[in-house]
Amino acid sequence: MSAEALLSRPAADVAADIVAGRVPRDAALDASLAAMDAANAGPDGLNAVLWTDTPGARADAAALSLDTGDLPLAGIPVAVKDNIATRTMPTTCGSKILEGYVSPFEATVIAKLRAAGAVLPMKTNMDEFAMGSSTENSAWGITRHPLDHTRVPGGSSGGSAAVVAAGVTRIALGSETGGSVRQPAAFCGIVGVKPTYGRVSRHGLVAFASSLDQVGVFGQSVDDAALGLQVIAGADPLDSTSVSVPVPDYRASRESGGDKPLDGVVVGLPEEYWPDSLDARMRELLDRAVQRLIALGADVRKVSLPHTSLAIPVYYIVAPAEASSNLARFDGVRYGLRVEGDGLRGMYEATRSQGFGPEVTRRILLGTYVLSAGYYDAYYKRAMAVRRLIGDDFTKVFASGVHVLFTPTTPTTAFVAGSKKDPYEMYMSDIFTATANLAGVPAMSQPIGRIDGLPVGGQLLASHFDEATMFRVAYALERALGGEAHS
Amino acid sequence: MSTTNVTEGYEMVIGLEVHCQLKTRSKLFSAASAQFGDAPNANTDAVCLGLPGALPVLNKHAILLATRASLGLECTVHEVSVFARKHYFYPDLPKGYQISQFDRPLATGGKVVIGTHADGSEKYIGITRVHVEEDAGKSVHDRFPGYSAIDLNRAGTPLIEIVSEPDIRSAADAGLYLRALKQIIEYTDVSDASMEEGSLRVDVNISARPVGHQAFGTRTEIKNLNSFSGVERSIEIEFARHCSVLRSGGVIEQRTMLWDGHKGEVRPARAKEGSHDYRYFPEPDLPPLVLSPAWIQEQRETLAELPAAKRTRFVSQYGLSNHDVEQLTATVALADQFEAVAAASGNAKRAANWMLGVVLAAVKVQGGDVTSHPVSVARLGALIKLEESGAVSNTAAKQIFAILEREDAEPSAIAEREGLLQVSDDSALVAWIDEVLAEMPEEAARFIAGEKKLQGVLVGAVMKKSKGSADPKKVNQLLGSRIG
Amino acid sequence: MAVSENDVRHVAALARLGLADDRVQSLVGELNGILAHMDVLQQVDIGGASLDPDATQGMRMREDVPNPIALHRARDEFAPSMRDGFFLVPRLSTHGSTDDEGEG
Ligand SMILES: [Mg+2]
Ligand SMILES: [Zn+2]
Repeated sequence: MSAEALLSRPAADVAADIVAGRVPRDAALDASLAAMDAANAGPDGLNAVLWTDTPGARADAAALSLDTGDLPLAGIPVAVKDNIATRTMPTTCGSKILEGYVSPFEATVIAKLRAAGAVLPMKTNMDEFAMGSSTENSAWGITRHPLDHTRVPGGSSGGSAAVVAAGVTRIALGSETGGSVRQPAAFCGIVGVKPTYGRVSRHGLVAFASSLDQVGVFGQSVDDAALGLQVIAGADPLDSTSVSVPVPDYRASRESGGDKPLDGVVVGLPEEYWPDSLDARMRELLDRAVQRLIALGADVRKVSLPHTSLAIPVYYIVAPAEASSNLARFDGVRYGLRVEGDGLRGMYEATRSQGFGPEVTRRILLGTYVLSAGYYDAYYKRAMAVRRLIGDDFTKVFASGVHVLFTPTTPTTAFVAGSKKDPYEMYMSDIFTATANLAGVPAMSQPIGRIDGLPVGGQLLASHFDEATMFRVAYALERALGGEAHS
Repeated sequence: MSTTNVTEGYEMVIGLEVHCQLKTRSKLFSAASAQFGDAPNANTDAVCLGLPGALPVLNKHAILLATRASLGLECTVHEVSVFARKHYFYPDLPKGYQISQFDRPLATGGKVVIGTHADGSEKYIGITRVHVEEDAGKSVHDRFPGYSAIDLNRAGTPLIEIVSEPDIRSAADAGLYLRALKQIIEYTDVSDASMEEGSLRVDVNISARPVGHQAFGTRTEIKNLNSFSGVERSIEIEFARHCSVLRSGGVIEQRTMLWDGHKGEVRPARAKEGSHDYRYFPEPDLPPLVLSPAWIQEQRETLAELPAAKRTRFVSQYGLSNHDVEQLTATVALADQFEAVAAASGNAKRAANWMLGVVLAAVKVQGGDVTSHPVSVARLGALIKLEESGAVSNTAAKQIFAILEREDAEPSAIAEREGLLQVSDDSALVAWIDEVLAEMPEEAARFIAGEKKLQGVLVGAVMKKSKGSADPKKVNQLLGSRIG
Repeated sequence: MAVSENDVRHVAALARLGLADDRVQSLVGELNGILAHMDVLQQVDIGGASLDPDATQGMRMREDVPNPIALHRARDEFAPSMRDGFFLVPRLSTHGSTDDEGEG
C-alpha cells in the first residue's frame, strides 16, 4: 500500500491492520514522516512542526507488543501540541521562556497515547502559551494555512490543525481554552473536539487558564477524532479537576444505519449564534447542514442562550486573570530562560520581559490588573458571576429536552496573516467558541463546506459529559454531507 | 522615661497568627516526601518544583489533622471551604503563588481558654479562623558569596494558620495563649509544635490605643520570633515603642518588624515593604473542599481528650489539687503515664507524688521522655503499693527506685535483698536508739532535758544507722518517750 | 474605568515584567481598548447568579503516601543555575525589602 493510501484511511482501520500484521508496524509512521518533510520544510513550508523525534517514534513502533495489548492506535502517529509535556521532545509552549526545555515528566494524555500504541514523532507550533487565534504569536514563527499560505490556520493549536489538514497525521492533540481546537479545525477543514471540562486529564498540559483548559483532539474525520478522544478520556488521580464519569464508546454510532439515524435527537439552533451580520454564504452552508440534520430525523428547533454576547468580555477577564497567575512560575529560578539583571528583581524582570512575547505580556498585565486591589470586584468577581449566567443558559436549554446545539464555529473563514492588528478584533474570532469553555460543556467543529476554497466549520455542543450524543450527530452529518463537506 | 511611665494610659491590642506544620508523610499537594534533613531539593517533585503542567492533589491526612486541630480549638469546621492563590514573587515560592485559603477557610470561630477571671468566668482568646496552606521553601543566604541558595524540600509541606482575634491585652496573656494553644495542638497530635524547630511559627500583630478607646491604633507586625519568651519580650518592647511614639504626637507606620533574639531588640525589616497586593482568587486547579457533616462529627467524636477536659476529670476522678493536675496534664504522655501508674498502684495521690517528684526528676537526668523510662508502670505501681503498706519507708522506696532504674527486678525482691524492709520491731529500734544516744552524748543530754528540736537530728541518725529500714513514725514515738 | 500609565507600571511591577517607557505608553492604549469592551459587564443584572462555590463535584483527595511523580531528568539538566543541589539566584537581602520582598 502506498504512503498516501495509508494516510487516507481511518486511523482505526490502519491500527487494526497493523495489529493483524497486514500492514508493517512502522508503515504509518514512515508515511507521516515523509508527508511531514514535504509539508513542513523550506521557506514555503507550513512551519507547523517545531520538534521531532524520529528515532524515538521508530523505537516505539518497533517495541509495540502487537500480540498482547489492546492497541487501538497501534503504530498510528499522533502529532502533539507544544504545550503538552513530553519527555522525548521539548515542551516550549511556543515561547522563548521555555526554549530548550525538555520536561522531566510526561502528561497523562501522552502516557495514554503510548499505552494505546500511538507513536509520537512531532510537536506542533502554537500561539505562545496558547494565547491567540492565528498561530502568529509563536516565538518560532507563524504557521501557514495548508490550503492558502497567505492565511493563518487559526489558533492557538494551529500547528496541529495544519498537520492534520495537510495529511501528515490523521490525529493530533491540541488544547482548548476559548476555542483553540475548534476554531483552527474550522479554518483548516478538519474535525476538532473540545471535551467536557474534567473529561480529560490536564496533568502535563501547561496551564493557560486552568478553569477553561482542556486537551482537545483533531481528526481528519469524526471517527479519527472520536478514537483519539476515546484513548485520552477518563479521570486521573493527578488532576483534581478531572471527573470520574464512565467513558462510553464514542465510536458506537459510527455505523448506525437506517435512513433516520437521528430519530429522537433534538437539535437546538441558538439564535444568538445566527446573527443578522453572519456572512450570507456561510449561512447557506449552515442551512444546508441543518437541512441534512432534519433529513436524518433530527427534531430541529430554535432556542436561546441569552448571555452569549457577554462571553468574550467574560472570557478576556477570566482567562488573563488565571494566566497571569499560571505564568508567574516562569521566573528563571528553576527551569527555562534566565536573563541576568540588577539583583533578583532585575533577573525576574529581564527574564520575564525578554521571555514572553507581546500578546502574553499584554494578557499578564490585563490579568494582573483585573485581580489587583480595587479592581477585583468590578472585573474578576463580576465576570465570574456572569460566567455562571452563561453556564445556566446551557443548563436550561439542555434541561428543556435539547440534546445538541448546532452553530457556526467561527464568524469568518481563515483570515490573511497579519490582517488583525487590534487585539480585541482577534479576540472576536472566539465569539462562538468561548461559551463552551466558560460553561464547561463539550463541543466540536466539523467541516460543512467551503467558501472560495476556504473551509467552513459547523459546531455541535452537548451537555456535560455527553460527548457520545455529540459524536452520534457528527457521524450522521458527516456521512450525509459526504463530499459536500469539503466543497 | 521608664517603660511603666511610657505605657501608662495605653492599652495594647494583640492578635497572633500561628503557623503550625502538620505531621504528614507527604506534602500538602504533592506526593513528595515531607521528611526533613535530606539533601537539598531531594524531596521535590514536579508539583513542588512548580514544573509546567504539574497540578496539585490534596493530601487527605492533612485535612484530617487540620480538622482535628480546628475542633480542638472549638472552631466550626465548614462543610465547604475553598483554596485560593496568594501571589507574590520570591525564589522559595516556586509557583509565584502560595495555595492557601482566603474567604472560605476550613474553620472559623473558636477559642482558647487561658484561665479564669476574678468572677470565676472563663478567660479566653477568640480564634478567628484556621486555614490550610502550603509552606514555602528555604533560602540560604550565607552559603555561596553573591548568591542565595534555594532548597525546596520544605516547599509544599502542610501548614495550618491559626489566626486569633485581637483579644490579647498583655505579653503575659500572649504567652498563656501560646502555651495553651501548643498544648491543644500536642493533645490533638497534629503537629510537633516546636518553635525551636520551626514547626510552630508565630507572628504578632500589635497596636496601642489610649485606655477606654474603642478604635484600634495602627498595627505593626513582629516576625522572626523563635521562642515564647521572645514573643513576650518583643511585645513589651514594641508596645513601649508604640506608646512612646503616640505620646510624643507621632504616628505609627504600618510595617513589619523583626525580633532579634540575640540583641533583644525589635527593629524594622530592612527596607519598607511595598504595599502587598496578593491578588487572591479561588484556586482553579482544585474544586471546593467538601467535608460531610458525618465525617466532621466522626472527627469530633474520636478527638483526643483536650487539656481542659482532662484537668477537670483528673480533679474529680482522682481528688488531686489543681496545682498537681496542671503539672500532670502538661503533656498527654505524662498524663497517660500517671493514669497507668495510678491504676497499677491503686493510689492516685501517691502516684501523682511519685510522677511529679521522683519520676520527672529521673527522666530529666536520663533524658528521653516519661514513657521510655526503664521503671515500668507495673514495677512503679508495685513499689508504691509496697510503700503504702508500710513495708518500706519513703526513703527506702526512693532507694529501691534508683536500683530499679538499673536492674530488671521486682521492688519487693530488691527491698529484701538490700535489707530495706521497714523495721517496726521495738527491740531492734530501741537498740539503734540506744546506740545513737550513746554516740551523741551531748545532743542526747540536751534532748532528754527537753530540747525538742534535737529530735529530728536524732531520728535522722537512727534512720541512717538502720540504712533507712527503720519506721520513722515508730522511731519518733520511742524517742519522744525518752524526754525526761 | 480607565487604565493610567501609573496603573500599567504598578501592574507590571506586580507581575515582574520589565517594560520600556514607550511600551508602557502603547500598553495604556491597548489595555484601555480591551477594557472598554468589558464595560458591558457592569450593566448586567447578576442578581440571579450564584457566587457560592460549586460544591457539587467535591474534591478527590489522595492518601498520605510518599509517591512522587518521577523525574526522568536531573534537576541540574533543566535548572539555569545549580550548586550542591541548591537552585542559585542573585543574592537577596536576608529580610524583605522593596526589591525582593517575600513572606516571612
Ligand atoms: Mg498571615
Ligand atoms: Zn500563612
